[in-house]
Amino acid sequence: MPDIYFIKDHSVEIRLFLGRIVAAIIVIFILTTGLIIRLIYLQIVGNEHYSSLAKDNSIKIVPLVPTRGMIYDRHGKVLAENTPSYSLEIIPEQVKNIDDTLLRLQKLLDISNEEVEQFQKLRKRQKRFASTPLLLGMSDEELAKFAVVRPYFSGVDIHRQLVRHYPYSDLAAHVIGYVGRINETELKQLPIAEYRGSSHIGKLGLEFSYENELHGKTGYAEIETNVQARLLNTLYELNPEPGANLYLSLDIDLQKTAYDAMAGFNGAVVAIDIKTGGVLVFVSRPGFDPNPFVIGIANEAYQALQSSVNQPLYNRALRGLYPPGSTIKPFVALAGLEYEAISAEQKLYCPGYYQLPRVIHKYRDWKKGGHGAVDLNQALTESCDVYFYRLAATLGIDNMYNFLKKFGFGEKSGIDLIGEKLGLLPSREWKREQKNQAWYPGETLIAGIGQGYLQVTPLQLAKATATLANQGKVVTPFLVDKTVRLRGERAVFNVGNDNIPLNPINVNTVIDGMINVVHGAHGTAKGINKNISYQIAGKTGTAQVMGIKQGAKYNENNIDFKFRDHALFISFAPANDPKIAVAVVVENGGHGGSVAAPIAGQVIKQFLRDNNEN
Amino acid sequence: MKIELRHEQFETPSVLGSFLRKLHIDIPLFIGLILISIISLLILYSAGSQDMDVIMRQISRISLAFVLMTVLAHIDPYQFKRFATLLFGLGVFLLIAVLIMGQIGKGAQRWLELGFFRFQPSEMIKITTPMMLAWYLAEYPLPPKSKQLFIAIILIAIPTLLIAKQPDLGTALLVASSGAGVLFFAGLSWRFLAVVIVALSSLTPIIWHFMHGYQRDRVLTFLNPEADPLGRGYHIIQSKIAIGSGGIYGKGWLGSTQSELEFLPESSTDFIFAVFAEEFGLAGCLGLLTLYLLIIARCLYIASQAQDTFNRLLASSLAFTFFVYVFVNIGMVIGVLPVVGVPLPLISYGGTSIVTLLAGFGILMSIHTHRNSQ
Repeated sequence: MPDIYFIKDHSVEIRLFLGRIVAAIIVIFILTTGLIIRLIYLQIVGNEHYSSLAKDNSIKIVPLVPTRGMIYDRHGKVLAENTPSYSLEIIPEQVKNIDDTLLRLQKLLDISNEEVEQFQKLRKRQKRFASTPLLLGMSDEELAKFAVVRPYFSGVDIHRQLVRHYPYSDLAAHVIGYVGRINETELKQLPIAEYRGSSHIGKLGLEFSYENELHGKTGYAEIETNVQARLLNTLYELNPEPGANLYLSLDIDLQKTAYDAMAGFNGAVVAIDIKTGGVLVFVSRPGFDPNPFVIGIANEAYQALQSSVNQPLYNRALRGLYPPGSTIKPFVALAGLEYEAISAEQKLYCPGYYQLPRVIHKYRDWKKGGHGAVDLNQALTESCDVYFYRLAATLGIDNMYNFLKKFGFGEKSGIDLIGEKLGLLPSREWKREQKNQAWYPGETLIAGIGQGYLQVTPLQLAKATATLANQGKVVTPFLVDKTVRLRGERAVFNVGNDNIPLNPINVNTVIDGMINVVHGAHGTAKGINKNISYQIAGKTGTAQVMGIKQGAKYNENNIDFKFRDHALFISFAPANDPKIAVAVVVENGGHGGSVAAPIAGQVIKQFLRDNNEN
Repeated sequence: MKIELRHEQFETPSVLGSFLRKLHIDIPLFIGLILISIISLLILYSAGSQDMDVIMRQISRISLAFVLMTVLAHIDPYQFKRFATLLFGLGVFLLIAVLIMGQIGKGAQRWLELGFFRFQPSEMIKITTPMMLAWYLAEYPLPPKSKQLFIAIILIAIPTLLIAKQPDLGTALLVASSGAGVLFFAGLSWRFLAVVIVALSSLTPIIWHFMHGYQRDRVLTFLNPEADPLGRGYHIIQSKIAIGSGGIYGKGWLGSTQSELEFLPESSTDFIFAVFAEEFGLAGCLGLLTLYLLIIARCLYIASQAQDTFNRLLASSLAFTFFVYVFVNIGMVIGVLPVVGVPLPLISYGGTSIVTLLAGFGILMSIHTHRNSQ
């Protein structure tokens, strides 16, 4: 509010203001004169120059679209390629009666009303002289049919373009991903110059994660055209630079073995080359065919995929979250040895259940009646729960958290695919933050057998297994081994040198237990030890999907399929010189030993047979 | 440049004239705006490849904008003064809300979804910023002292920076100039203006440092459009060809042969002047500029006739901002200014800017038609 000192002199203010109006008029006058001078320069002085550029022969800059890079597996088999495809396109300006033409075309070829509608929508968005696609991916028969009557359809023509094709269809759809039409949101974020002329962009998997490498660099040509936009002469050309080819560590034959072995179930298989970290197998079941996504999947088909209870579009290997069950036990055992919470020889008695002091709740063992007195090796071999309840209680959640974290649980594995899930490695702090509750001792126990809050992805399980087999030298999984451009190739992945300091004696004690799982007389996965000259180390796991009431009995046959336990198996081989690590998760598969282990067994056997000479 | 418009025309009002005056409509301004709107529809028909949908949408937006203008013209300017702070505060609050929501939604966001339409707070702030400054400076004797100057600059900086962060450089520029306009008309000393200009030019490297990548690209492209013909220089090269080939008399309505403009995604919006210049030539451009200047002249005349300081400052600033609009857009299309996203006022396709502009003219009409008779 104005003080007493603020006395306004209106006549002074008005004079000041009018002065400013005059000043503004002068500024406006000068700036406008500037615009007019520039317009005179462009439209009178430069008229001849610009007219020659624009009038009869105009120079057009046309983008030259680069070919998208191919994707190969480790043996050079093609996983993603560009195949020619033919489409029927119409230039509306050159068609006299468009509705009539469309009707005649519909009579001749099998064109659905939906496709006609799509065409009409596209047509409205484009200039009248722009070629607009009506029918995509024409068959040979359709091509022949149209070729005969072509002279009667002016303004209608067949165009050839390269379309992305995935020869292995659903086999590795989640890893390779797919390309699709650039949508409006993407268009706004893309560098316009780089994508001028491009119609597709990676949407999922490696196609998405390596979009920058695969796309290549758009070139352009300056061409002289006449009024009808007919090409007269090419003045200058900057060739496009094709996208880089990706060479994966993936072995598509091994992938097929794993995929087929998983038939009938939902789940995931991840296999890692321990020496390099290269991912050999990355299966997520059920799969889906990525090819329809390239030309634009029909709405109903997409809805069916989206709403399917089996969720085929979900990448279980990368994003599926599962309780690890007993597959966590080797890591907990190793933690026990490293933190000296237990020794290898020490025997603990298992009566079939475990009780915390002053708590009535009985933490049960999977084996009714118990395992008796077991040492660490037996506890792993027979997967004794009570042993691990007691070990977990001794270790405490803080030690378990710190130790498991080093193996990559609760963290991204660092794989070169976008969208990885973190999983969940619970800690006191986590529970305080997320649930605002204290950590209960009982939760430590069930964490010790891989239940409770603990959640892992199949990829994390495989990474942790490979790291264990590698004596604590951290294995970081990757898919793309190298990218190859016209000029030179580039190794994408550098092997990390993170190392978990571990006592080799302790590691070997745990590995011995895991060997017994497969080769011991009481091993839970002894079914897969036939006909091999080397040893496989493994651990089965069975993760509860449904809580079982105290005193109730789990009976597989009485339970709905979707509530049956998940079957898990982690393994590596050969045990004395580890080359391959495999993690298998079979949703609702029941027992790890009978369902999951054979799948891993097949993968290991095939890989070691094929790579025998190495 | 003439600003004297004859008074006699109001003394012998026709039937329509008296009706419009009852509506608090200023007739010369109204005629100018109608003419511009007609030009807009004609050129959009040509630039938008003769799509009637585009025209119908533009007509409905223009109609809505004229209704809003009439409503605002009815309100006594005293009410604008009364609610200036509240409206400004609300505008700033909404800008912050948009910014936060944009951060959650990852990516630039400029509007709030209000169910049936999208509301851009940055549009509202274009008017409330000069309103706020006019209210603040009118409380004190003019020219403003350094303390008021300091506060005024902060009041301008807040919305400007919030909008620049969206990022929307064009609108930020318009908001800043609407505030600066108020300061200028309030009698800011010439010496201070000189200091600001020197300071700003010495700040260039720092401003450069804070620019987004694409904003830097635009400046670089402005300096040398030929360096990147397929990407960022493309618009400017193509629009220069279109304008230059128009010559003195142009190629006639619907006669733009520059099929290159098919690549110009903004041929209906920010770059529509290129289409206009190609079809109507230098003669048409001079005509259009004259029409714009007449509208601005009428607005400055209204400002000079206003009866209190708040009204004077607000009216003159709105007039000046309108000129900045025209100058920046045409300047960028003919390649003398960098490409910032500013539409050609009242002509470019797109609803929000037209609504805001006509709201501004509504306020001008309110100021003019609510004067006490002497």
